Amino acid sequence: MAVTKVVMPKLSDAMEGGKIIKWLKKEGDRINGGDILAEVETDKADVEMEAFGAGVLRKILVPAGESAPIGALIGVIAEPGDDIAALVASAPAGVGAAPPPRPAAVTPSAPVAPVARPAAVVSAPAAFPAGPGQGAQAGRVKASPLAKKIAAQSGVDLRLIQGSGPGGRIIRRDVEAAGSGTAAAMPVAVPAAVSGAEFEDVPLTQIRAAIARRMPLSKAPVPHFYVTSEVAMDPAWELREQLNALEGQPKISVNDLVIRACALALLKHPGVNASLQGDAIRVYHRAHIGIAVALDDGLITPVLRDCHAKPLAQIAVEARDLVERARHRKLRAQELSGATFSISNLGMFDVAEFSAIINPPEGAILAVGSVRRVPVVDDTGLGVGRRMLLTISCDHRVMDGAMGARFLQDVKRLLEEPLRLLV
Amino acid sequence: MAKTLTRSAASSSGFGVDAEGAKRLLSDMLLIRRFEEKAAEAYALGKIGGFLHLYIGEEAVAVGATSVLRPDDYAISAYREHGHCLAKGSDPKRVMAELHGRRDGLSKGKGGSMHLFDRSTNFLGGHAIVGAHLPIAVGVAFAIKYRGGDQVIVCYFGDGAVPEGEFHEAMNLAALWKLPVIFLCENNRYAMGTSVERALAQTEIWKFGQTYGVPSEKVDGMDVLAVRDAVGRAVARTRQEKIPALIEADTYRYRGHSMRDPAGAVYRTKEEVEREKLRDPIVLFRDKILSAGLLSEADIRAIEKDVNDRIDEAVAFADASPEPPGEWLFTDIYKEA
Amino acid sequence: MAVMTYREALNMALREEMRRDPNVFVIGEEVGLYEGAYKVTQGLLKEFGPQRVVDTPIAESGFTGVGIGAAMAGLRPVVEMMTFNFALLALDQIVNSAAKMHYMSGGQFNVPIVIRGPGGPAAQLAAQHSQSMETYFYHVPGLKVVRPTTPMDAKGLLKSSIRDDNPVIFIEAETLYNVKGEVPEDPDFLIPLGKAIVRREGTDVTVIAYMGMMYRALEAAEELEKEGISVELVDPRTLRPMDTETIINSVRKTHRVVVVEAGAGFAGMGSEIAASVTEQAFDDLDAPVERVTGANAPMPYARNLERLKTPSKDKIVAAIRRVCCVNGHANGS
Repeated sequence: MAVTKVVMPKLSDAMEGGKIIKWLKKEGDRINGGDILAEVETDKADVEMEAFGAGVLRKILVPAGESAPIGALIGVIAEPGDDIAALVASAPAGVGAAPPPRPAAVTPSAPVAPVARPAAVVSAPAAFPAGPGQGAQAGRVKASPLAKKIAAQSGVDLRLIQGSGPGGRIIRRDVEAAGSGTAAAMPVAVPAAVSGAEFEDVPLTQIRAAIARRMPLSKAPVPHFYVTSEVAMDPAWELREQLNALEGQPKISVNDLVIRACALALLKHPGVNASLQGDAIRVYHRAHIGIAVALDDGLITPVLRDCHAKPLAQIAVEARDLVERARHRKLRAQELSGATFSISNLGMFDVAEFSAIINPPEGAILAVGSVRRVPVVDDTGLGVGRRMLLTISCDHRVMDGAMGARFLQDVKRLLEEPLRLLV
Repeated sequence: MAKTLTRSAASSSGFGVDAEGAKRLLSDMLLIRRFEEKAAEAYALGKIGGFLHLYIGEEAVAVGATSVLRPDDYAISAYREHGHCLAKGSDPKRVMAELHGRRDGLSKGKGGSMHLFDRSTNFLGGHAIVGAHLPIAVGVAFAIKYRGGDQVIVCYFGDGAVPEGEFHEAMNLAALWKLPVIFLCENNRYAMGTSVERALAQTEIWKFGQTYGVPSEKVDGMDVLAVRDAVGRAVARTRQEKIPALIEADTYRYRGHSMRDPAGAVYRTKEEVEREKLRDPIVLFRDKILSAGLLSEADIRAIEKDVNDRIDEAVAFADASPEPPGEWLFTDIYKEA
Repeated sequence: MAVMTYREALNMALREEMRRDPNVFVIGEEVGLYEGAYKVTQGLLKEFGPQRVVDTPIAESGFTGVGIGAAMAGLRPVVEMMTFNFALLALDQIVNSAAKMHYMSGGQFNVPIVIRGPGGPAAQLAAQHSQSMETYFYHVPGLKVVRPTTPMDAKGLLKSSIRDDNPVIFIEAETLYNVKGEVPEDPDFLIPLGKAIVRREGTDVTVIAYMGMMYRALEAAEELEKEGISVELVDPRTLRPMDTETIINSVRKTHRVVVVEAGAGFAGMGSEIAASVTEQAFDDLDAPVERVTGANAPMPYARNLERLKTPSKDKIVAAIRRVCCVNGHANGS
């Protein structure tokens, strides 16, 4: 009987690697072709992995909870008499498909005893492919020639980047988004799960790993400054209720109003709709707004394109669709990139205000707090009004405080005179 | 070699040439014969490669025809063209160097045996796709007429070109437009290994000319004087009346189609070859001028020695000529403005 | 500048060059009395007479050979192929005689000939009369191959071709003869062979196309502009020698390439350009070179099938989106 290699399958176009959630068969089990061997978590979804050969599952090389790049050997199906020693030996050493040594501070080793800072413990496989030497296909970083060139020039480690091109290929925009070399060179790995009486190490999910990788790429090299403004939301609130009372019309959320207001303000303040590109500032003519969506295991930011050209109702429909699909992990790769500006809204969590980290290479992000009923004083005396705090985080390399303030002023004015959002 | 022999100068001899003319005809035929023999030797030594098609046996056609041309007349041929090129006046040294693929060859070593060209003698090549050069000859004649000139072009081709469409296209266009081209078919009876009987429904090739209204005749291609006479009449008429002519020269090649067919024994018999050698154009002509007393044995020995010397010189020249430099690979692809 | 059709621009070029140089003559089927099957030679017989505007019988190999011989003897023939499909009958003359004469004669005999006529996909002319022919010629060292897209190019390039000392294959397009455009009336107006032109500047993707495909690519570019994809259009104009420098410079700017060609793609111009780009600008590529080519099938007659055979604007748009890694929705790089 033929020996069948079980490899990490490519289950989606953008997939670079996957994590074994659990093995549904154990070593020694008899396998028929088509049997479901394991459940695999990819960056997009959880998928069942089927067997492509028959025999006995002789060896599991990547246990549950571990990740492996596409194509990596994760198990062997063979008849009991078949010699699989050479094949098993050809698999990368250590638990699962360990990558070859990383530059800087990464030492492959056996699982380490529990320590207080699990992030420093690096022994398990990374979710992303490593350099050569790991099997023909498995370890190859797929990147466009241009992406490789830019990465080499800017010192970006391609192994740490998620590609947005076909088949997960890293293309120019991904490298540029990864920012400058110092941050990108920081090792990132998924620690092995370690548990004890006093604490529990929870392995990073794919999304959390991506966030962990990307956020330092922003905060360290991008000098942030923050501007906060309070918006009187009473007219907007009232307008929204009127709109939502209309039959056959899409439901409008506060966030939709904010998106619309930002889109219009960005058109007027293109300097905020901009990003640093090497030695130039790229000013975008169109407003593609990233909408941060909280998931149970992290945050993703789908992009609503051409917001400046879309009426409020369309924004509402499309934003709802994006958020829904984000929650169900049904976004296409290209819907996750290309934003020129982002909005993060924690209003539903009764947050008065906060500041957000810029998602590079964007130049700014707006943090939206809850609409709160607060005592207000106006000409007629003391009353109760709806107020919302907006904080914009700006890349100081791209713009100055006044620019951010003027932009915010316009957002405020648009929201306070909300009929402007309808015209 | 391309000097015209006038018919009047030969009138006293009774067969068209005087002693000087006879010497020239014999010398030219011998030169071609000797050249080809040496070429065969060089091929055997590996100094010449590729295809090598020898003209041995057919010398009377090129020499007889060229003898009635002016230097500014044109000639064009197929791939068995060493004889035509030499007869038209090219330096044997440069022709031999071309066969050797050397830089001093007529075509700088880029053409080889099948692609001899010589602008200085108006020899327009050396074309190795059967039939293709017939329309080109018509084009040259077109240019002559376009400019109002009085040159002619002689277009040599074999019986193998006759079944090609281009033979018929060329004949038709030349006749239709009344162009000064003389189609001179060297019928050596075999297109490679295919006899005319196996190739042509009409084996009397000259008769195709009648179809197109072109003055046509058949001539003994082993008789240099007969060729000279027939082509001479055609040239005069063509020059005068601006109309084409078709002449079929009945000839024979003693060697195989190429050096890769040295014996030529599959498609024809040894007996046939031996029989044809009885009418070797050089032997016949030598006998004729000896018996007519135009030249003596000593004269002929002197001619032979001169020819041998010239060909030995040509071989030495070819051997000594360097290979073309590597950068010539990319020169002459386009003519730069 | 005057506005005229592509056909008129060609006619003007012929007329000017025949006036300029008495060695220039036109030869081909129906070029004289009939004034050209596509009327490109209209009025030439009247002006220049039958010696210089020569009607031939149907004998493509024959009259092409005549042109080559005349060129070897110093004339400058312009041989018209009624359609380029018929040039295959003269392929031996073109490839084995015209292209190689200068080389195999060691530079002694050049062949200053232009072989011109319409080629490329036409309207419901079916398999034998509607096909891209340039591929048969641009493979051959010694030939120059020109495909003029606009009336201005038609004039400037034809004049340069006639003045060129080498054999030039000049393939027009039946479908473009009535296209109008500005054409300089200056009789000295020339467009050099071997020079590409950037017809439209852009930053996101280089699209290389010529003839009818250039017009289709332009529509695609305009559509994508609305989505924020900025398309640079490069027209090689001369396919051999190919101005790879202009193409590579554009690629270094945009980092993505789509080649559009009407002919069947296998071993086509797209393959050649893709190879050149990969060889010379590999590290500048952010995506593989895409080809949008005619289908690998003979040209069918039926209108719907014919439409499927030739690259559509939608296919071009889709290819551009692919190399830009956007799908349906735009993303400006």
